[in-house]
Amino acid sequence: MITAIGAALCVALPVLVVLGFMLFSTSESWSHLVETVLWRYILHSVLLSVAVAIGVVMIGVPAAWLISFYAFPGRRLLSWLLLLPMAYPAYILAYTYTGLLDYSGPVLTWMRNIDAPTWVMWPLLEIRSIPGAAVMLSLVLYPYVYLLARAAFLEQAANVMEAGYSLGQTRSQVFLRVVIPMARPAIVAGTLLAVMETLADYGTVEFFGVQTFTTGIVRTFYGLRDTAGAAQLASILLGFVALLVILERLSRRKIQYYSDQNRRLSRLAVTLTGWRAIFAMVLCAAPMMLGFALPTAVLGYWTLFYAEGGALWSLTLNSFVLAGIASLVVVGVALVIAYANRLYPAPWLSNVTTVIGLGYALPGVVVAIGVLIPFGALDQWLSRGLMAFGVEPRLWISGSIGLLIFAYTVRFLAVANGNLVSGLSRIRPSLDHSGRLLGRTQSQVLRQIHVPLMRGSVLTAILICFVDVLKELPATLILRPFDFNTLAVRVYDLAGDERLIDAAPASLMIIAVGLLPVILLNRSVHAANHD
Amino acid sequence: MPQIMTESVMDALTLRDLTLSYDGDAVVHGVDLALKHRELGCLLGPSGCGKSTLLRAIAGFQALDDGEILLAGETLSTPNAMVLPEHRGVGMVFQDVALFPHLTVSDNIAFGLTDWPKPEARTRISELLDLIGLQGLDARYPHELSGGQQQRVALARAMAPKPKLLLLDEPFSGLDTELRGRLASEVRAILKADGISALLVTHDQREAFDFADRIAVMRAGRIEQFDTAYQIYHEPVSEFVAHFVGPGEVIDASVSGIRSVSSPLGELASDSDFGLPVGCPVHVFLRPDDLIHDDHSPYRGRLIAKHFRGAHHVYEVQLESGVVLGCLAPSHHNHELGENVGLRLELEHLVVFPVKRLCLREDCVNARCTGCPA
Repeated sequence: MITAIGAALCVALPVLVVLGFMLFSTSESWSHLVETVLWRYILHSVLLSVAVAIGVVMIGVPAAWLISFYAFPGRRLLSWLLLLPMAYPAYILAYTYTGLLDYSGPVLTWMRNIDAPTWVMWPLLEIRSIPGAAVMLSLVLYPYVYLLARAAFLEQAANVMEAGYSLGQTRSQVFLRVVIPMARPAIVAGTLLAVMETLADYGTVEFFGVQTFTTGIVRTFYGLRDTAGAAQLASILLGFVALLVILERLSRRKIQYYSDQNRRLSRLAVTLTGWRAIFAMVLCAAPMMLGFALPTAVLGYWTLFYAEGGALWSLTLNSFVLAGIASLVVVGVALVIAYANRLYPAPWLSNVTTVIGLGYALPGVVVAIGVLIPFGALDQWLSRGLMAFGVEPRLWISGSIGLLIFAYTVRFLAVANGNLVSGLSRIRPSLDHSGRLLGRTQSQVLRQIHVPLMRGSVLTAILICFVDVLKELPATLILRPFDFNTLAVRVYDLAGDERLIDAAPASLMIIAVGLLPVILLNRSVHAANHD
Repeated sequence: MPQIMTESVMDALTLRDLTLSYDGDAVVHGVDLALKHRELGCLLGPSGCGKSTLLRAIAGFQALDDGEILLAGETLSTPNAMVLPEHRGVGMVFQDVALFPHLTVSDNIAFGLTDWPKPEARTRISELLDLIGLQGLDARYPHELSGGQQQRVALARAMAPKPKLLLLDEPFSGLDTELRGRLASEVRAILKADGISALLVTHDQREAFDFADRIAVMRAGRIEQFDTAYQIYHEPVSEFVAHFVGPGEVIDASVSGIRSVSSPLGELASDSDFGLPVGCPVHVFLRPDDLIHDDHSPYRGRLIAKHFRGAHHVYEVQLESGVVLGCLAPSHHNHELGENVGLRLELEHLVVFPVKRLCLREDCVNARCTGCPA
């Protein structure tokens, strides 16, 4: 139970630090920030968010609609190929396309050779821009909308649609007046998740030179050495995120009203033929091609023929050990909290879970400076104290792997917790009671019933945390110990040096591991559909 | 005193003055109940009447505010001490089945048999599989069984360690109506064959009739009546019990003698004394099968609806007082709606309740009488 309180405090710490600065501290350069860059950060972040929101809906909803209501060649395969871009961190996609669309790169060289009109070539050259970033982010984030919209379409009782037809509505009228309105909460929730990820993105916008909150925070923190200013920027960002979280919760609540899992009837999909079938195939295949197949092929080509290797294996080892330790810690803490909730149900404990649940919305940059500020101060204090005993000053905590793992815990505890809670909720209390009445003690019930039933959820939680840690860029970048490199950091560094081709092997490694949870996700979605 | 001792030793389950609360609110108030050995009892009542809380207390998942619970004369729970659930010798079948999804049918049944010698446990399992009629399905997993099969396995699992008492918490409510009725009778037969004492909780009176030897009708945390199904249906002690266990209507009447009342349907005689003074207003409770349509009867009413049931009609007849009564009519008596039709009472036992008003007469002999004429 103490662990649960501790965990909640840990998650709350960075937020409290950041908000505390907002309330109690003044930054010398704050008025300067307000006059010069603040409105640009807000404008760019909002523009990018709106563009990504439009992008993910335009890609995700039609795909989900075609997959759910029509039969065409390749539908089953496409239904899960559409998930693959989830394996890509947006920054890797951005680096890959930048390399691919380079002026002297293969695409533009070919276009010049066939004398393509400039209005086609120009936008491709200008990928490092807000529209470019929006396209990159949309290509990796649309699966949120696709998944939630597809689930909503599948959970709509067929008889509701049939009621629509029987009231004299045509197919498209039913779609617009029944199907879409009923799926709207799910589509909104998926879009909000994508926007949250957009606000949290650092790698893409930094590389594309788009000045948003995340780049602004890092610039203020490192460039201007203005801790208070960075924290104040972070709290404004948190304000936006909090708004999104509230909206998302509201739509999630509506999803429950609109879905009818008890009377889900199998419905006959309309079979498409001829050019309609081809159109559907292309529409569903395009996002996957652009968001996964093409960049992966490019990365593979670069890795095989051009990239200068070096240090990949030691980087991989570093990354895996770090991600392994972090995911075990995160899932261990999440287990303690989940079981504290189960065994000693109390209102304040479920509040703790709610607080933890907000962690997924915290941008990595905010988490990083939120933990760096207090522990950096602690280090200074420690060093000053120890200097009296002749100990060299150094970064005791803020330069350690421990702090990095702490930051990952804050960021990813919600992910692990969500997985475990849903696993645990499937073990209904009556199972525990049955075990007790059949002569088992509390601890025997845990060993003989919970361990075998929870194994899958625990492994899934570990895997998802592992991959998230592996992909996480800004927190790792800010908090890693000196000279400690991971795959993600290496990719970032090489891209920063415009060595995009050399970054390919490490990128491929991240994506290969990132595919594992996507495959797992697809299997669980399938299992849910066949229940 | 010695007689009381032998009685409680003979009883399978004894509840004495049991008071329970849920989330801080008292939901069971001073309940007494005794279940005989090998008896199948039922707690019947609307949702929220405290019946499930009562069951959880017997299983040991609920602390007592007051009273005690005894099993075969041994104290299980008092407000100060509770035997742990795993040491009670009480089995339970849950509403949501609660089979262990990671274990096969036979492993589920064997779960409570860890202390048994291997060969005997095996015999017990196959005996139970025979009893529930699922021989050959022992290697299946719960999700490979139908709802009814799952519920029977849950029953076998709970029965396996030969508990002194089996509790069933609305075990059939997740099943469809037809299966529900069949399974209730089936489970009754299985439990009778194994000679086990059991207590079923339900809100469905048909399930209670199919299953139980005696039924305790509960209302707002109290037991109103604990009797056989026949008595509860035909000799209910309160209007609540009368209405809860089956259809029926109430007509106004007044006491006209020691064993008679006068009513819009004539002078009605009872087989026992009311203990109410002459003139005391009462309610007479009538079930549809107590009333028969008779063209020659002097008591008449207007036919306002009729429901064809094949062998007979159910007529709804409105008396002059405005009360609508259900009655049975032979299938070929096809009267038109609005016609004036005759009614005749055919009563085994007259059910009379005092009208619920405060009685002002000091010499009124009935403590429950609430309205003798001044």
